[in-house]
Amino acid sequence: MQWNSLILSLDFLSPQEWEAVRLTLIVAARSVAMALPFALLCAWVLARCRFTGRAVLDVLVHLPAVLPPVVVGWLLLLLFGLHGPIGAWLMSWFGIRLVFTSTGASLACAVMSFPMMVRTMRLSLDAVDPGLEQAARTLGAGPIDRLLSVTLPLAIPGILAATIAGFALSLGEFGAVITFAANIPGQTQTLPLAIYSALETPGGEATAARLSLVSVALAFAGLFASEFASRRLRVVLGR
Amino acid sequence: MSLSIRFRHAFTDLPLDIALDAPTPGTTVLFGRSGSGKSTIIAAVAGLLRPADCRIVIDDVTLVDTATGQFMPPEHRRIGLVFQDSRLFPHMTVATNLRYGLRRAPNGPIGFDDVVDLLGIAGLLDRRPHSLSGGEKSRVAIGRALLSQPRLLCMDEPLASLDAQHKAEIVPYLGRLKHALQLPILYVTHALDEVVRLADTLVLIRAGRVLAAGPLEAIVARGDLPLAARDDAAAVLSARVVAHEPERQLTELRAGGRSLLVPLLDNPPGSAVRVRIPAREVILAAAAPQGISVHNVIAGTVHGIVQDPGRHAAMVEIALDDAGLLARVTPDAVTRLGLAAGTPVLALVKSMAVEILPD
Repeated sequence: MQWNSLILSLDFLSPQEWEAVRLTLIVAARSVAMALPFALLCAWVLARCRFTGRAVLDVLVHLPAVLPPVVVGWLLLLLFGLHGPIGAWLMSWFGIRLVFTSTGASLACAVMSFPMMVRTMRLSLDAVDPGLEQAARTLGAGPIDRLLSVTLPLAIPGILAATIAGFALSLGEFGAVITFAANIPGQTQTLPLAIYSALETPGGEATAARLSLVSVALAFAGLFASEFASRRLRVVLGR
Repeated sequence: MSLSIRFRHAFTDLPLDIALDAPTPGTTVLFGRSGSGKSTIIAAVAGLLRPADCRIVIDDVTLVDTATGQFMPPEHRRIGLVFQDSRLFPHMTVATNLRYGLRRAPNGPIGFDDVVDLLGIAGLLDRRPHSLSGGEKSRVAIGRALLSQPRLLCMDEPLASLDAQHKAEIVPYLGRLKHALQLPILYVTHALDEVVRLADTLVLIRAGRVLAAGPLEAIVARGDLPLAARDDAAAVLSARVVAHEPERQLTELRAGGRSLLVPLLDNPPGSAVRVRIPAREVILAAAAPQGISVHNVIAGTVHGIVQDPGRHAAMVEIALDDAGLLARVTPDAVTRLGLAAGTPVLALVKSMAVEILPD
C-alpha cells in the first residue's frame, strides 16, 4: 500500500467506506446537538443550585459512564423501542422511529457522552467566580441576563471542551449504538461498527486498517482543534 | 432625606444588631476592625444578604422590610457596590465593563464621559482588566458602579488591597467624586486616614453593634471613644479660608467660631477645608502666655476629662462654639491647672501642628 496515494487520493476509500465516515460525522454532530443543551442545563443546576434530590440527579447523570454500554443500549431499546413508553408515544404523535435509524444512533451516542460533557462543563462553571455574578446582580442584571452576559461567556472554554469531547466520544461509541440502532450499512454503521464488520469479514483487514487510520486522523484533528480553541479563548478571556 | 438601616442577624460567631441613621446626600463611613460586621451591613443594603429581621430605607424608598415582607431584589435596588476585590468582568474591555450597569439602568444624571474624566480612566478604555494595576482596577470598578445610576454608592474597603502609593492615587478621586456628584455614599474602612478625608457622618462599629454615630467632628472630639485612645488621636474641624497674609506667610482660617492661623495655603478665600489637630500637639494654659511662638491661643471650655491610665495621660475634651478639640496632657497638668468640666481653658496650637486635609 502506498502511503502517498493513501493520503492524497480521495479514492483510497471505497464508496461504502466513505459512507461510513460521512455517517459517523453526521451521527456525532447530531449527538452533540442533542446532548449539549441538556448537558449544559444539568451542569448549571449541579454547579449552582442547592436542592433535595441533587445527589440523585448527580448519580443519574453519571450512570451511563459506569454502566456497560450494552446495558445502556438495551435500556434505550426498552424506553425508545416501538413498544417502549417513549418510543410508542413518539411514533404515534410525530411518526418518529428511533430504533435502527441514524437518529437512534445519535441518541445512543448522546446518552453515552452525556456524563463526560456534564462533568467538563460543570468544572468550568464551578470555576466562574460567584462574586462576578453578584457584581452583575448589583449592576441590575436579572438571572437570565447574568447567565448570558457573565456565567456562560466565562465558562465558554469548558463548554467548547465538552462539545469536542462529546463529538470525539460519539465518533467511537460502539456498544450502545450496535445494541440500540443495529449495524446497518449506510444507516447506522458508524466507523467503529464498520471496522468491527470488516474484521469479521474474511479479507477485510485492509478496510479495517484504512478506517482505523481515518479514526486516528479524526481524533488528532479533534484534539488539535480543542487545544487551539482553548488557547485562543484564554487570550480573549484574559486568563 | 436620609438613610436608615436597622437589622439583626445571627451569625454563629458574631450576632449583629445594627441601627443607624445618616443624612443624605453625604458620605457615611462605617469604621471598625476587620470582622466587626461592617461588610455585612453593606451586603444587607445591596440585598446580597437577607437578614432575618431587617428594615432598610433610603430617601423614602424601602429596600427591605421584614415586618411587612417587602424585599426588593438586588438587581432592582440600584445600589452601586464597589467590592474590595474590584470584581471587573475579565472577558470585557474596560469600556464594556463601565457600560454594563449603564445599559441596564434607567436614564440618570451620571454620564459616561463625566465619569471617565472624573476618574482619569480615558486611557484605559480599550484595555482588559488583567492588564490593569490595582489602583486602575479600583477606579474602573468605582466608575462602573457610578454609571449604574445608583441611589446610593456603597464602597466596601475599596482601597484595602492597595499599597500606600496606589491608595494615594485614588483618594483624591474619591474626594472629587463626593463633591462633583452629590451622591449618598456608604463607605466601609478600617483606615483612619480615609475616615478623616471622606466622612461627613462617622459610624463606629464594634463587635456587630453601633458604638457611636454622628457628624465626623462630633465623634472624633469625644474622649471616651476608642478613636481617642489611639496614639494619633486628633480633632477634625470644618474650616473656611478667611484671608491670606502672604507677607507673614500665614493663612487665617475660621473653625468652631475661632480664628486659626496656619502656614500659607493656595485655597481661595471662602473655600472650605478640613483641619486635623492632633491631641498630643495641643498645650493647655490657664492664662494667655507672653513671648511665645504659638500663633493660636484658642479659648474654650473643658467639656470632659477622660483618664488614660495606660499612658499615664488624660484626654481633655474642649468645647468651642460648634466644634471640639482634644488635648492629651499629663494628669499632673490637669491637677495643676485645676481643670474640671465647665472650667474655661486656653488651648495653644502651633500653626505647624495643624494638618490641612484637602476637602
